[in-house]
Amino acid sequence: MKMSTMSSPLLLSYREALNQAMREEMRRDGRVFLIGEEVGYYQGAFKVSKGFVEEFGPQRVLDTPITEAGFTGLATGAAMAGLRPIVELMTFNFGILALDQIVNNAAKIRYMSGGQLSVPMVIRGPGSAAHQLGAQHSQSLEAWFCHVPGLKVIAPATPHDAKGLLKSAIRDENPVIFIEAQLLYGTKGTVGEGDYTIPIGKADIKRQGRDVTLVAYSKMLLLALEAGEKLAGEGIDAEIVDLRTLKPLDIETIVASVKKTGRLVIVEEGWHFAGLGAQIAESVYSQAFDYLDAPIVRVTGEEVPMPYTRPLEDAAIPDLARVVTAVKRLLTRG
Amino acid sequence: MDRQDLLSLYRQMLLIRRFEEKSAEMYALAKIAGFLHLYIGQEAVAVGAIAAIGPDDYVISSYRDHGHCLARGTDPCLVMAELFGKATGLCKGKGGSMHLVDAARNFMGGYAIVGGHLPLATGLAFAARYEKRQQIVLCFFGEGALPSGHAHEAFNLAALWKLPVIFICENNRYAMGTPVERGVALYANVTETARPHGIPTERVDGMDVLAVRTLVCDVVQRVRASPGPCFIEATTYRFMGHSMADPAHGHYRTKEEVEEERKRDPLTLLRQTMVANHLLTEADLKPVEREVAELVASAVKFADESPFPPREALYEDVYHE
Repeated sequence: MKMSTMSSPLLLSYREALNQAMREEMRRDGRVFLIGEEVGYYQGAFKVSKGFVEEFGPQRVLDTPITEAGFTGLATGAAMAGLRPIVELMTFNFGILALDQIVNNAAKIRYMSGGQLSVPMVIRGPGSAAHQLGAQHSQSLEAWFCHVPGLKVIAPATPHDAKGLLKSAIRDENPVIFIEAQLLYGTKGTVGEGDYTIPIGKADIKRQGRDVTLVAYSKMLLLALEAGEKLAGEGIDAEIVDLRTLKPLDIETIVASVKKTGRLVIVEEGWHFAGLGAQIAESVYSQAFDYLDAPIVRVTGEEVPMPYTRPLEDAAIPDLARVVTAVKRLLTRG
Repeated sequence: MDRQDLLSLYRQMLLIRRFEEKSAEMYALAKIAGFLHLYIGQEAVAVGAIAAIGPDDYVISSYRDHGHCLARGTDPCLVMAELFGKATGLCKGKGGSMHLVDAARNFMGGYAIVGGHLPLATGLAFAARYEKRQQIVLCFFGEGALPSGHAHEAFNLAALWKLPVIFICENNRYAMGTPVERGVALYANVTETARPHGIPTERVDGMDVLAVRTLVCDVVQRVRASPGPCFIEATTYRFMGHSMADPAHGHYRTKEEVEEERKRDPLTLLRQTMVANHLLTEADLKPVEREVAELVASAVKFADESPFPPREALYEDVYHE
């Protein structure tokens, strides 16, 4: 067999996978364009759009001034008029400045117009904490977006999922919030070849297990997998569900897993109160209460603005010890 | 001056006037609920400006949007049915008074977060340029939007990227109850708020429909020939309260002031022009009055007889399936 006919998976970084997804979609559809701060000549604040302005030109790769409300609103208007913008937020913390455009305009225009207009747009960029970036650059705000009807919310953890889901998001007819993570950009994984997409709204079981279900997404998925390995060494067989899409939530996959294991731990980096895990727990209680052997446990970020100093920052974010302890405590309950 | 042309402008303004008066009546009868912001007094701005553009151009407005929608040519029956919350309404009863949309006429909507639609207007203009279409955008808003960050971000982007959008500031002197002198630092000439962004500015008497149309025609030509934004201040006055919750003069302006401004009613001004130029007599306007009254009455009848949306409609159009 010739080498050229062999189909082998590629090892790519999360950053490269996103780059490929956007590049393929921009080649496929001339209406797709990328807009945001430093996406062009700087190659993206996190180099996700490396080589884009060179390939697609400044008409389709638009460096903006620091004006999130302005350019997110501009992209929304462009989508209403038939284009398919990808808005890069340098981080989702800055998305707060664009919330009015996202929540009051992008999410509602289809409904308010009785279906006459639609907003096919992706708003993407990193969320959650990296290392010691301080209180204003370290927030996990996905629950805010998940609360809003009209938005879809995606937070992939692996390069393969990132590519397939970003391509689906770009082809979607609705505004899609696509949350990446700074600490994921450099992580590597095998990525399927060619033009594949992953459907929005489908979770993925990243590890099969019998004793307990761990639900996680984005960066916390890696922590859950690590915990799964550690627990396996201690004879505990964890099933790990990667949500991938946060809204619409794939509650069927979660419930099916819980029915098998009888125990659920939700790992999320966001703040505890009114966090995404609270909603997941409510959905599981209402659909699988009788299958639960113990109350659902949430491992979350601490309810504080993110401190700068490393020991305190580490204390504010779920870590391996906390996840493992939570699982063990749950299993000893009953 | 062409008789038919002026009569057509007059008819459009009269339609808005009578439609709005009837809306107020229907609000009093509880046929219309929620917030209702009437356009009475400002008709010459929408009619004059929209008369200056083509069917492919975009129009976008704020929450005081009935006038712009009607001037764009939307069937008054569909607008009234929308105000009544009926299934036959322009937006199936989901939008209401402040969120009229008529996509078929490129009327891209009324928006009720003050200043929030100015960035959308730049996006419509961006899309037109991106696809090399000759469309321009008319973006209407009140002077109350001028201090907002959205407005200035939109001005900067439009100027920076030379987008074909015409910002039309309808300065009716009151942001709800706050007079412009207490809300806009550059109140003496609000066009100054756009000029630092490098946007050419114009001012026009917004009570004079012919002046508005002439100026906007001129600006449209300039923008088509050499893309880039323009800012127009149309000085006007709303004869009614901010919304139906607010009496015509309230505590923030005097009855005398409102009476004084009413002397420059845009419909009266156009009527006087037509009579003075011997284009028609007051008697010639009778059939127009009658036709418009019938049209508005038929809109009410249509709205009244239409069904409310079924409960299943609640979940429709949240997402594009």
